[in-house]
Amino acid sequence: METLMSILVGLLFSIGTYLILSKNLLRIVLGASIISHGVNLLILTMGGLKKGGLPLLGENNLSYTDALPQALILTAIVINFAVTALFLVLCYRTYQVVGTDDSEQLRGNEDE
Amino acid sequence: MNNIVLLPIIIPLITGMIMVIFRKNIRFQRAFSVFAILATGGVSVFLMAQIRTKGIQTLQLGGWQAPFGISMVADMFSALLLLTTSFVSLCCLLFAFRSIGKEREASYFYPMFLFLITGVNGSFLTGDLFNLYVCFEVMLISSYVLISLGGTKKQLRESIKYVLTNIVSSFLFLVAIAYLYAMTGTLNLAHLSVRIAEAGQDGLMTTVAILFLIVFSMKAALFLFFWLPGSYSAPPTAIAALFAGLLTKVGIYALFRMFTLVFYHEPQITHLIIGVLGALTMLLGAIGAIAYWDIKKILTYNVMVGVGFIMAGLASFTPVAMAGSISYLIHDMIIKALIFLIGGTMIHLTGTSKLKEISGLIGTHSYLGWMFFIAALSLSGIPPLSGFLGKVFITQGTFETGYYWLGAMGLITSLMVLFSIMKIFMNGFWGETYLSQEMEKGTTKGLMFPIGLLTVATIALGVGAEGIFEYVNLAAESLMNPKLYIEAVFRGNVMP
Repeated sequence: METLMSILVGLLFSIGTYLILSKNLLRIVLGASIISHGVNLLILTMGGLKKGGLPLLGENNLSYTDALPQALILTAIVINFAVTALFLVLCYRTYQVVGTDDSEQLRGNEDE
Repeated sequence: MNNIVLLPIIIPLITGMIMVIFRKNIRFQRAFSVFAILATGGVSVFLMAQIRTKGIQTLQLGGWQAPFGISMVADMFSALLLLTTSFVSLCCLLFAFRSIGKEREASYFYPMFLFLITGVNGSFLTGDLFNLYVCFEVMLISSYVLISLGGTKKQLRESIKYVLTNIVSSFLFLVAIAYLYAMTGTLNLAHLSVRIAEAGQDGLMTTVAILFLIVFSMKAALFLFFWLPGSYSAPPTAIAALFAGLLTKVGIYALFRMFTLVFYHEPQITHLIIGVLGALTMLLGAIGAIAYWDIKKILTYNVMVGVGFIMAGLASFTPVAMAGSISYLIHDMIIKALIFLIGGTMIHLTGTSKLKEISGLIGTHSYLGWMFFIAALSLSGIPPLSGFLGKVFITQGTFETGYYWLGAMGLITSLMVLFSIMKIFMNGFWGETYLSQEMEKGTTKGLMFPIGLLTVATIALGVGAEGIFEYVNLAAESLMNPKLYIEAVFRGNVMP
């Protein structure tokens, strides 16, 4: 199971990297968002999959699933949500002000 | 347990949140933000006094003992940085009153400013790796807003690159945290230190250490500085000075923390890499500073030289070098804010950042000129100003470890820095005065006070080095001796 997850994470990372390297701003935002999903899955996998029962006191389990990675992912998802929203707004505003969504045109020139 | 440890995070956070409500009332916002920063500074002085007499102060959030809860740890290193942060941000804030403009003030400039301070203070105080990530994000998101606030073409263009770079490095940070958690099963810094010391730092662990090095290098502009020159020259002066003074320094703090507390077992690999990166950063930064004829560009490249030099101290990893690095770090925060503020004032006065179009400012603005001269000398480490002591100790440290090339690079680049900054002084302040007072694009009214404060601070840090050095030595001692940190966090509890 861990191997399968690792392959999936690698796949998400490569798709995200490909999108980030493209010229279109919207694709860059989507690429960042896809990598964030890959990262979340990686944290989940690194905590160990399918070990023991629910992490609740009072349950008669000998071993518990590690709850910490899930708490970490929850925090990471919230932060990524905020950052992606901000990034989208920023890209839209840039598109309005600069008049292009092509990252090649965003280099700027010496005369400013 | 000491609840005061949390105050430097709580105060700016709560005042910032209150100020969001009073959006229209700018005078209230100004007064309240100055109050918040002064209060934070007062708390950090109090913390310093406590740490000096009683040792490292900790707080276990919610009463959950380490390593189960989140620990906040204030040692002398963090307390010194907290105090410097408050001082530098106070000066940038005073500068912003006169220069930032009504529009930005009405669009949540002050709340964002305080949220940025919250993130910076949080990063200095946290004793938990994931909490460090969260504090980094608090700081970065506020910085995304501050860098794009105002929405001019150049700002928007540069902020997209800045945001994307930082998003990618944050992902790498999370990946590194995930790997470290899989190998050690903990994220508490003190507990990590214990576990890695027990298990030994093998090849895999060193690889993760290098991943952390990449992440923090990106934040600290150590070699991976490609994002810095563009993004630091886009926002208005007060914000650029704040970024130059604080943001890269948080990355430096994280590097120091990780490579003295957690990954200190293989210095011949990790610390040597840090040294090589530091030397390259110094060289490339100095070349950039010499090559450009644009005030903003020269100053931003000088930021990198400072980063590389501080890292030379970490690379040599001796108590002397560590003390040198800490005192140079404090000096660098103050002096980078100072030269950015003065450079910004020059641009404000003349309306251009091109050095060849500016001349003879000292005729009309002699105080500004002399303060720039003092800043220039201090930046290149001329005694008795504040940069001297740190420079001596870092160089001595590199020689002790045998990294002669690193010390030599530091000294050569300080000459190049002196040349680049004197270029601004000679072209900008000397020569024939083109601009009479009436023709100037702006005034220095109200801008001189924060600049003067920072200049006094750099002189005081140099002349009064003896008094400060006691604190710096305490900080270096706790950095070189991870046992102190671990004992303070666990307080004799059983380690699982």
